[in-house]
Amino acid sequence: MGLRGSMHRFANPARFMRVSQIVLPWLATVTVLFLAAGLVLSFLAPPDYQQGESVRIMFVHVPAAWMAMCAYTSLALASAAALIWRHPLAEIAAEETAPLGATFTGLCLVSGSLWGQPMWGTWWAWDARMTSVLVLFFLYLGYMALLNAFDDPTRGRRAAAILALVGFVNVPIIKFSVEWWNTLHQPASVLRMGGPTIDPSILWPLLVMAVAFTLLFVTLLVIRMRAALIERKIRVLDAAASGALG
Amino acid sequence: MVSFKALLLRDLRLAFRQGGDGAMAVIFFVLAALLFPFGLGPEPEALARDAVGIVWVMALLASLLALDRLFQGDWEDGSLDLMALSPLPLELVVLAKALGHWLVSGLPLLIAAPIVASMLQFDASGLPRLVAALALGTPTLSLLGAVGAALTLGARRAAVLVSLLVLPLEIPLLIFGVAAADPAATGDGSTQFMVLGALLALALPLCPWAAAAALRQALD
Repeated sequence: MGLRGSMHRFANPARFMRVSQIVLPWLATVTVLFLAAGLVLSFLAPPDYQQGESVRIMFVHVPAAWMAMCAYTSLALASAAALIWRHPLAEIAAEETAPLGATFTGLCLVSGSLWGQPMWGTWWAWDARMTSVLVLFFLYLGYMALLNAFDDPTRGRRAAAILALVGFVNVPIIKFSVEWWNTLHQPASVLRMGGPTIDPSILWPLLVMAVAFTLLFVTLLVIRMRAALIERKIRVLDAAASGALG
Repeated sequence: MVSFKALLLRDLRLAFRQGGDGAMAVIFFVLAALLFPFGLGPEPEALARDAVGIVWVMALLASLLALDRLFQGDWEDGSLDLMALSPLPLELVVLAKALGHWLVSGLPLLIAAPIVASMLQFDASGLPRLVAALALGTPTLSLLGAVGAALTLGARRAAVLVSLLVLPLEIPLLIFGVAAADPAATGDGSTQFMVLGALLALALPLCPWAAAAALRQALD
């Protein structure tokens, strides 16, 4: 029992469908509330003395960057669970996390580019952090391409799970080497020793937006997982029906 | 050990008798590198400055050429199943294959690289460092490539897919490989050489392990 028992308890797709049906409306409501509060706070925050109004782009950019990394971590964890325990829900979770993570990464790149044009005077710079986020984006794309490259979906899922783990080991190496290569981006200013260096008037909207983005990720993931489970069920029923007819 | 050697020799013999992949990689490497003077212009200073980068990028791309055939042939005719059943662990099978790939398509690059670099007006005194950096970096390319080849075994458009998977993972090698060989950089590049060695030391046990896991999924 213990870990194994609880793993099996959560591995039951029928139970997931039941629980998620109850949780989902609440989760969606809280997400909408946080997102609305975050947006209102973002526009109420005073403009930065240097960046002016464009500092508001940060309220989307920074949470998107956090979620880009967070989603890759959950992708790797879910892939590991899928490979080790053949956990059917983890398999679906990994599969459905990837497009969400890629979207957050894309959002981070686009919002950063929109911010960079007025601030740095360029849409793109070959700075270390930007480059590693770009590489992360390609890792997501590679994962999704491999997932869909096989006639047998099971094979695609397992190969993609191994790729996710290989990528996860590589991400710190890529990050380190790119940082060594070039640094222009400002250093981390929220999660650092000695407390944040951001003024509270900016920090609060940022944190609310971070919570909102995390909730949005979880909500969308649950919706996608439910859709994927239902889709599988339909496919099985279809196959059974055509088998009975044939 | 005996079967490891037998497997390696078999792969080398196949490569030489069919003659293709290795020669093709070198020809591609030379030809593609020599496109750069046409693209960048023939000014010696500009070419000399970019020579290391051009050589490294082309080495990266050339190592991808033969990858989709690494396991494909053996998988199609069933030899891969026999290798998986043999007492030799699948990890060592992968290692033998990767070593074969490097001997066929990586080693010739070490000979071609000084010629290409010289044609790009690269200073001759920097050549030993360039070759040493390539010698330390290209085995890692073959190992990472073996993982990509194992993952895409049996996939649609495997040859394109493998580049999409492997290239992002090879960025650290490119960064440190170029830095190790760049004569304009400060110092003697020993730090970069150590990092290249560390990457190889990491890839040597981890890549065969990952690739063998992927092959087991393919053979299931």
